[in-house]
Amino acid sequence: MNWLTNYVRPKIRALYARKEVPDNLWHKCPSCEAMLFHRELEENLHVCQHCGFHMRLDPIKRLQSIFDDGAYDGVELPKSVADPLKFRDQKRYTDRLKEAQVKTGRTDAIVVGNGLIGGLSAVVAVFDFGFMGGSMGIAVGEGLLTAAKLAVAKKAPLIVVPASGGARMQEGILSLMQMPRTTIAVEMVKEAGLPYIVVLTDPTTGGVTASFAMLGDIHIAEKGAQIGFAGARVIEGTIRETLPEGFQRSEYLLEHGMVDMVVHRRDLRDTLVRVIDLLTQPVRSEIEVVDADFEEAPVSNAVVVTTASASQPGAGDD
Amino acid sequence: MQTFLEFEKPIAELEGKIEELRHLTNAGDINIADEVAKLQTKVDKLLRQTYAKLTPGQKVQVARHPNRPHCLDYVQGLIEDFTPLAGDRFFAEDRAVIGGLGRFRGRSVVVIGQEKGHDTESRVRHNFGMAKPEGYRKAQRLMDLADRFKLPVLSLVDTAGAFPGVQAEERGQAEAIASSIARCLRLNVPMVASVIGEGGSGGAIAIAAADRVLMLEHAIYSVITPEGCASILWRSPDMAGEAAIALRLISHDLKELGVIDRIIQEPIGGAQRDPAGTVKALGDAIEQSLREMDGLDSATLRAKRREKFLEMGQKGLG
Ligand SMILES: [Zn+2]
Repeated sequence: MNWLTNYVRPKIRALYARKEVPDNLWHKCPSCEAMLFHRELEENLHVCQHCGFHMRLDPIKRLQSIFDDGAYDGVELPKSVADPLKFRDQKRYTDRLKEAQVKTGRTDAIVVGNGLIGGLSAVVAVFDFGFMGGSMGIAVGEGLLTAAKLAVAKKAPLIVVPASGGARMQEGILSLMQMPRTTIAVEMVKEAGLPYIVVLTDPTTGGVTASFAMLGDIHIAEKGAQIGFAGARVIEGTIRETLPEGFQRSEYLLEHGMVDMVVHRRDLRDTLVRVIDLLTQPVRSEIEVVDADFEEAPVSNAVVVTTASASQPGAGDD
Repeated sequence: MQTFLEFEKPIAELEGKIEELRHLTNAGDINIADEVAKLQTKVDKLLRQTYAKLTPGQKVQVARHPNRPHCLDYVQGLIEDFTPLAGDRFFAEDRAVIGGLGRFRGRSVVVIGQEKGHDTESRVRHNFGMAKPEGYRKAQRLMDLADRFKLPVLSLVDTAGAFPGVQAEERGQAEAIASSIARCLRLNVPMVASVIGEGGSGGAIAIAAADRVLMLEHAIYSVITPEGCASILWRSPDMAGEAAIALRLISHDLKELGVIDRIIQEPIGGAQRDPAGTVKALGDAIEQSLREMDGLDSATLRAKRREKFLEMGQKGLG
């Protein structure tokens, strides 16, 4: 047993027993078509227990699944200009926004939480794909800037979990400008010497991938997530190339050197706990009592022994 | 040979008549010189009227006009001792991105620009101005060089977007763009970006997160091409004209939104009618912009650049 065991068993089960959906409800896995019992699916963090397919996870459940004991403080995000261009296509953007707000109960496509991960303070920003495809406009940019500033103020790591089709077209050029703006957010965290970790989930594409999502100190991808810049259909249309097997999936990105590891959702929290600990706790408190004469060597040995007992980052597991 | 756009048809007809008259040797009673002068006055008036009220859709066509001065025309007209530099030092030389050292009105500078090409052969060679990851990595390498020798960076933006292809994805198109944006923002030297034709999405902002962003009057700058936007939001690429209006991609709107700093007036009838004059006008504006930043130390430059991008989106269009 190592120190990790104190933290790795979040009381998720208890927290997930909210009775919004009847327990006897069934879901069909979009991948293997197995019928899945709602309660079991919740317990499995929306991963199919038959084929391992990772379904999209509600941002609140995501936050609960990452923070210690599923507990965190929601961070209030600043109000930003809605519909700066007075955009309308076949529908008014303001109407689309309202619909998304009613559907999700959120003002925009990002949720920020602040709490403990492995006993250490951390700020986590999660995208809601259900809100206009998780698209990034001013509000999302502001959300990331708020999260970054909070991380700096708390001297805490910033973890961002994108799930986004890219820029919010209805905010035109101002959505494009969220690329440099969120890059500035990332730079603030990095300049403060704090870890910036990206958890790439399905899907992460377009201007989101081409800005803050590819600038992490560590890139963790969930299994099977679509991650890329250009849309597959655009590529097929422009280039008339057949797309290779598994194109733009997490495992493909790992193969091409774009992510550090591909993890199963159930291992995500443990991975984050371990990575944050390794990046921010260079010397473990339990080995600080080493005899002063041997301070250098025994410390590094002890660290190796300690981490070796933890499971390896699961790039190739399952 | 002058290429005419669809909406320029009446102008083309008048100019055709002028040509005919000039080739007449025996015109009988009419005074050819008088007739030509009269028609020319008509042409000028029509051009002025047409170009004073171009629709956004028409501006898109002008911005993509094949006879418009392109990156290399500006380099040739403005940069002495231009010394092209090639390669990203990782993978390849990307000819969609022109880069090099040169002297701009007495100052040694680093030039980074997107070149679309002017005929079939050169278009293919420059990949129609659509850069691959190596192009954006080359840009970063040149910014490193600029920092090291304290040379201002002049970028020329003219691209439909970053290249959408399988290999571009494999080599990390998103990462290359993200890092290039971050590199711009970290520069310790002044950077002036000029949108000379088409400022296409992530492919443009990758080299335009600058202290000053200049834009030619009829250039466009957008988060997505109007055709792409129309096929997503209107489900029909034929609605590109509508999308162009909704996206607010014209210089006047972008200035009001604070996304660009200065509009460079184009000659009557567009840059394609007086390339040399346009090149000089942009040169004057770049020189003015550089003067404004003379004497600013690197910390101030970086802070002001950040501030400028962070302020974007605080207010919408009136
Ligand atoms: Zn399944």
